[in-house]
Parts: sequence; C-alpha cells; structure tokens
Amino acid sequence: MVDFQLSVEKKLDRLHSGLVAEITRRELRDPLMIGIHTGGSWVAEKLHERLGLKDPLGLLNISFYRDDFSQIGIHPRVLPSNLPFRVEGRDILLIDDVLYTGRTIRAALNEIFDYGRPAQIVLGVLIERDGRQIPVQADCIGGRIDLGPDEKVKLSGPNPLSLSIHCS
Amino acid sequence: MSGERIVIKGGRVIDPSNGIDAMVSVCIAGDKIVAVGEIPIGFEADQEIDAKGLIVCPGFVDLCARLREPGQEFKATIASETAAAAAAGVTTLCCPPDTRRVIDTPAVVNLLRERADSVGKARVIPIGALTRGLQGKELSSMMALKTAGCVAVGNAYAPVENLLVLRRGLEYAANCGLIVVVRPEEPTLRNRGCVHDGVIGSRLGLPLFPSSAETVAVAQTLVLAEQTGARVHFGQLSSERAVAMIAEAQQRGVGVSADVAIHQLHLTESAVIGFDANVHVNPPFRSQSDRDALREGLASGVLSAICSDHQPHDPNAKLDAFPATEPGMSSLETLLPLSLKLVEEGVLDLTSAIARLTEGPSAILGLGAGTLNAGATADVCLFDPIQEWTAEGTDWHSKGLNTPFYGSVFKGRVTMTLLGGHMVHCLRL
Amino acid sequence: MNTSIQFDATGKLRHFLTIDGLSRELLVRIMDVAESFSSVTDQQVKKVPLLRGKTIVNLFFENSTRTRNTFELAAKRLSADVLNVNIATSATSKGESLLDTIRNIEAMSVDMFVVRHEASGAAHFIAQHVAPHISVVNAGDGSHSHPTQAMLDMFTIRQYKDDFSKLKVAIVGDILHSRVARSEILALNILGTEEVRVVAPKTLLPDHPESLGVNVFHDLDQGLEGVDVVVMLRLQKERMSGAFLPSEHEYFSYFGLTEERLAKAKPNAIVMHPGPINRGVEIDSRVADGPQSVILRQVSNGIAVRMAVMSMVLGGHGETNTGGAS
Repeated sequence: MVDFQLSVEKKLDRLHSGLVAEITRRELRDPLMIGIHTGGSWVAEKLHERLGLKDPLGLLNISFYRDDFSQIGIHPRVLPSNLPFRVEGRDILLIDDVLYTGRTIRAALNEIFDYGRPAQIVLGVLIERDGRQIPVQADCIGGRIDLGPDEKVKLSGPNPLSLSIHCS
Repeated sequence: MSGERIVIKGGRVIDPSNGIDAMVSVCIAGDKIVAVGEIPIGFEADQEIDAKGLIVCPGFVDLCARLREPGQEFKATIASETAAAAAAGVTTLCCPPDTRRVIDTPAVVNLLRERADSVGKARVIPIGALTRGLQGKELSSMMALKTAGCVAVGNAYAPVENLLVLRRGLEYAANCGLIVVVRPEEPTLRNRGCVHDGVIGSRLGLPLFPSSAETVAVAQTLVLAEQTGARVHFGQLSSERAVAMIAEAQQRGVGVSADVAIHQLHLTESAVIGFDANVHVNPPFRSQSDRDALREGLASGVLSAICSDHQPHDPNAKLDAFPATEPGMSSLETLLPLSLKLVEEGVLDLTSAIARLTEGPSAILGLGAGTLNAGATADVCLFDPIQEWTAEGTDWHSKGLNTPFYGSVFKGRVTMTLLGGHMVHCLRL
Repeated sequence: MNTSIQFDATGKLRHFLTIDGLSRELLVRIMDVAESFSSVTDQQVKKVPLLRGKTIVNLFFENSTRTRNTFELAAKRLSADVLNVNIATSATSKGESLLDTIRNIEAMSVDMFVVRHEASGAAHFIAQHVAPHISVVNAGDGSHSHPTQAMLDMFTIRQYKDDFSKLKVAIVGDILHSRVARSEILALNILGTEEVRVVAPKTLLPDHPESLGVNVFHDLDQGLEGVDVVVMLRLQKERMSGAFLPSEHEYFSYFGLTEERLAKAKPNAIVMHPGPINRGVEIDSRVADGPQSVILRQVSNGIAVRMAVMSMVLGGHGETNTGGAS
C-alpha cells in the first residue's frame, strides 16, 4: 500500500545543482553520464538534458553483476547495457534513483571497470535512505529519508516521475 | 527304509505331477518320499514339521541359473548362489555352459558337481557346451559330456553363426541323446543392440535389439531341428512371434519345448526409461503385447517352464552407461513371489504356476525331479503364500544385488526347503 | 523417472540432460535468458562475472572440438574456470572405469560436468552418481539426446519465425543415429509446433518413427512441401559401409538439399544444420551459403544458449528476481 508521495521535482533540482557544483569543484571536463536501469536511467535522462552533456547517455543493466545470483538466479530478457562511448580516462556521473544497501552501486562500478579505467566517478542519487550494507556513499543527493525496516521507497516513471513510500 | 523319518503335516500339498491339491501329509524317510496322503501304518516319524497355513510342493526346478563359478567368483560362487536357491525353494538348477572356464569337458562338469555336492544346498545340473569353447566352430566332446552326466548341451549367449555347424551339432547331439538348449539370437540382426526395437528404444536412442533377431533364429533352429530330429529346447523367449512359431511347431508334433524368464512375464520395454542398468537384460524387455503373449503361452503350456535366468553381478558390472553395462538380473529369490503375482493377476491358477516351476521344467530335461511321487527324491518346498517380506539385507542371499526389485515388498515367501530329505533352508521368525 | 533427476527437491533445474519432460515455460525461459546473453556477446566486453569462482569441466569421451569450443567459450564468458578433459574411448578401455574418472575429477572440487559420450544414457548415469553439489550438462550422449543443440536451434527458429504453433518443420537425414533430431523433435512438440516432419530413407529411421511425434516422409520433395524450417542432419561416412545407404552420390541425388528442392518449401523458409556440414552429401554449397541458410547464426547462438543453460543450472531460481537490493 502506498503511504504517501514525495515530490520529485524539488529533489531533481537539488541533485542537479549538486552535480553542477561537484563538476565545478572537481573541474570535470565533458563528463559522461551513466544511468542504472531502470529508475536511475529515468533520472539520468532528465539530468542529461538539463546539463546539456555532449556525449550520449549510457545505460547500465547490472543484472549480470548482481551478487545475489546464486540465491535467485538469472532474470530472463535482460535489457543489455549500452555504453555508447569509451570510458577509459573519462570522468563519469553515475546516476541511480535510490541508494539503499549499496550493492547495486558495487555491481555498477564493477561493470564500468570491465569496460575500462575511468578517471573519476561521481555518484548522484535522487534519494538516499538508511540501510547501507556496503561502504558506499553518494557525492550528490536529491534528498534523504529514514525508513522503517518494512518500508520501501520506489520511483515510478518515466513520465511523470513519482516517488512513493510503500509499507509491506 | 533308512535315515531320518520326517512327516510334514497340516499343509496344503500341491503336486501337479500327481494331480494332488489336498490337505494331506507328506512322509519322508531318508532322502526319499514315502507317501503323500494318509500316514502309512507303521511309519514312525522322528521329526514332525507343522505346515499349517503353508503350501507344500516339490522343490522348484530352474532351467537357467548362472552361478559364476568357476572363473567369476568376484560376482558369485556356487556356495552363495545355491544358498540363494535354497532360500528361493529351488532344489534343482541348471547352469549354462558360459562359465569363465566353459563347460566343454568332463573335468569342468565334475568340478561343478563336486563343489555343489560339498556345499549341499541344491542340485546343480551343468549344461554342456555344444561347441568347443562356445566358439561355434568345432563340436564339443558330447559323448564324454554325456558320460560325465550332462543331459543337455547348448551354446548359451554365443549363438552358432555358421548354420552348418549348428546343423551338425544338432545331429550329433541327437545321436548322443542329448537335448539342445538354444537361446535364440541371430547375432547380425542384433548387432550390439541392447533394448527392444519399440517406441521406448527409438525415443531413447539406445542400440536396438530387434525381435527379429530372436524370431529368425527360432525359425532357422526349428527347420534344422525337424531336419535332424534333434530335441530342441528354447530358453528365455521374449517375443510374441517366437511363441506363436513354437506353438505352431508343437501342433505339428515337432518335439520342441520352451521356457520364459520370470521377469519377462512382468516387465516391458518401458522399464528402461531412466536408464536403470538393472533392467538391462538379454533378451531385452519388449512390448506390452509381447509380454501378454508370453503370459498366454505360459498359461496354455506352449511355454512349459518358468526359469529364473538368474545372473548375479558384481556392482561394477552395472556402473556404467546403460549399453556398456553387463546384461542380466539377479532373480532366483524373486522367482516364487513373481510367479505368485501371476496367479494374483489371473494369468494362471496356482497349480499351473507350481507346475511351470516343477514338473514342467523337469519333464523338459527328463530330470525326474519336481514331483512328490512315492520313491522320488525328497526335494520339497514349503512356502507361505501370503507372508509379506522385503527383498533386501539379510533376507537376500545372492551375492548379486542387481535387480530392479531389490528393496521391493513381496507377498509369498519360502519358509523351508528340503533337499533329499535334508533341511537346506528354514526361515526363522 | 528419467527427467525428474534433472530437478532438485525444490523443483529447480539441477542437471540438463534431456528435453524430455521439460515444460514449455522452461524452454521459453531458456530462450529468454539466452537472448539476454546474446547482447553480452555483442558488446566490447564479452564477459560477465556470474559464474566467477565456479569450475566447469568439459568431459569429452568423444571427440568434438566444435561443441567443446562453444561450451568452453560460454563458460569463460560467464567468468567460470574451465578444465577440458578429453578421454578417448581407448583410454577408458585401458582400465579406468567411467565412475573412477568421474570420482577423480570430482575430487578437484568442481561445480559442473559438461559431458559428451558415445553411449546413450551416459549423462544420466553420471548425473545419478555425482556428488550432490555438482551439476551435469549433457553435451550429447549416443543417439539419445543433445539438449543444448536443440535449444539453440529453437532459439534460432524463434529469431526468424514468430509463432511455433504456425510452423511446419522438416528434419531431413539420418534420424536413426541422431541425438539432435530426437531432442529437436521433443522441443518442437513441447513448443507446440504445428507439424514436425522427418524425411529419410527407411534405413535411417528408427522402427517406430511416428511414435516420436512426427509425420514421416520418404520423399524429400513431398517432405519439403510448404515447410517454414528445414533442418538438415549430417550424414556420417560410415553409413555407407554399414549398408544403410548405397553411396553418397545416391543419397545426395535423392535426399540432398539443392536450390531446386528448397523451392518446394515456403519462399521465406530457413535452412539449418547442426554442423559440421558435408557439402555435396546432404546439402549443396549454394544452399549452405545461400540467403536462406542460418547455419552460422546457429553457431553464434550456441554460445548464448549454453551460457543460459549453465547459468540457470548453477544459479538460483530466478523466479523472485524483482528489484531487490538497491
């Protein structure tokens, strides 16, 4: 059941300005943007447009890199990852919707490094919640929320994007 | 009359050879049957056996059981397998000549006899080789084999490919008064096949062993038997058509007989689904209609004997891909319960079933066994037709555990076996 | 009985031995997973870490460099370690039993055997005797089964044709000795193919071919009439000496696939062959290399399908893979 909705637009604005600040601070030149399938790629599409990046948007599907493969096996009809650029030596803005355990980011980093060795990776997430299982933290966030163990935050989309909190 | 006097009282005596099916006593003195019926006046028993609830019948005669000795003692021995025979109610068993040292000389015949006698659990009748070394080229010394006590010769699983050799072998055997036991197989048609050429074999892609490999051999042998006047017995038939051909020959008065292995009356080609090497047998299990025809042939008497076709193996013989395993099933101890199952399934009545295990096989080889005639050797089997037991562990005596029935629950169990008046098996509860 | 050993107590696919007894859902799932892996194969990084740390042994008792290569590549693209063990028949007959061979390799802590053997039922036998944590994938046993080949052929058909229920498929050649044909017939029927035909002279058919679930033709022109898919089988040279056929020439004249014969099939029919091809024996070069041939596509699909099977057998259920850890 849906408990309540969170506003997406404000968080997107905040994440956007955070990324701009980070790009300036680190003096990134022509960063690439990679969104994590599926929610992350929706957020990335918006940000990619706002930031007016030169290179096309990359899409990462981490299904083949999940660490829970031996428990739950493989999901059929996985949409392939699509990185239409070389990552070697580049600066990357990695975008996801929700940062929770950190495992997805771990898998995404592994996959990116299979393609090459980027110069820097900046992690931006729309919303960060408690419950980290891996030492991963975001560089830029759109918002933060603390939830109970049986609560989940979920992004629906792509048009319009909406954030909701579910209680199971 | 000498020796111990035994009376078996209170049981239902079934002796098909004398048409007896009655609640009477069996009197034994020494190694001979004295009387079946009322206890003769003046007969003082030293021992009374209470056969209440049991069936008392002649000890079973098995026309084909491999003991693996001499030469393959790692599979089984005369001691282990005759003990299994005693536990199965089998008192006389014929052993095919394809031991590792082929039974083609009087020396091997005597060796087998002596070993069996010293164990003393069952009578072993060696079948001599038709050709030397079972090679299918030269005739064995049949006269000498006959003198050593062989009543029959055969070539077991090594079919005589050269028909001229077969013809001369039949002639010479007829001349010696020896019966020729033929396991009919045309080897070129078989061509390394191991399963029936039916629906299942086709689906599993296993090498096919067509029925025609059997029927062509039956046809050839029948023609040569008629021509030579040899007395031929066909062992372990598997196909409907072979039964029909033998029935037709018998109707024309040809002196030909046939038996069937007990498992062929139950299992069909579908047993090989799953590649269980324990159902790898030669000849293979065939179709339902073949099995039904074998059952009909048994009921009508065209097939006058059920044999165990006992083939104990070491575990390794069955530990490989199906076609690479050795064929054969350890089947002495399931002979009676599976025969009783035929009765239960209405294939034939109890007396006929016992006949196919006693006087039927005995008559084929003229053994004079399988009967409770006064004066006959006191080979007697007592069994409980309703007792249930599980074929495993200490209730299994053969060294070969290679049967798909291992671990199965059966109804009908041998409780006591007498061999020449001596108790060779007694079930203690 | 023969298929239940393919699944563990929870109903998960543990061994992949035969198509017999598998559900339509499972076959579709294998194809779906294979489709995901095809994209991996197309990328600059042709490797995913799914089976990292697993050891897969290619146990080939019968020589087949091609099949072994595709299994090896599939395993490596899943990041597994691969050990190739080739045991010529002569070596086993030198004394070591099949089971001893298995026990020996098992002792090296392996996770999967990919087995090729000349005896039907060999993969079943091995599956029945391996340690509980080891999976067995059948890479061809005797004339019985070659399930991954059948699945890659189904996968290839699905790439060109929409709906199995509207397809007529002709399998042409040595059905009698073909594990590929047996597995394909099973798979095609499970997937609901409208009509499966076999086309062969009687000497190259088993005794009850119709019991396999096919319509039987002894004439190639009739057998190809209106079909959507033609599967040509390889003809072994030794069939001549075994009196199955008079000569290669006669076989090609009556059962070889030429452009003229292929014209009997539907205009958009595809031509398949499990390889290796005998040009001029079962198939004319102009057909094998022609526009309707998808033979090379079969080869590349072979890797994706084998990745799918290996990952499904060694991975978890996959049924509950929704969202999860973020």
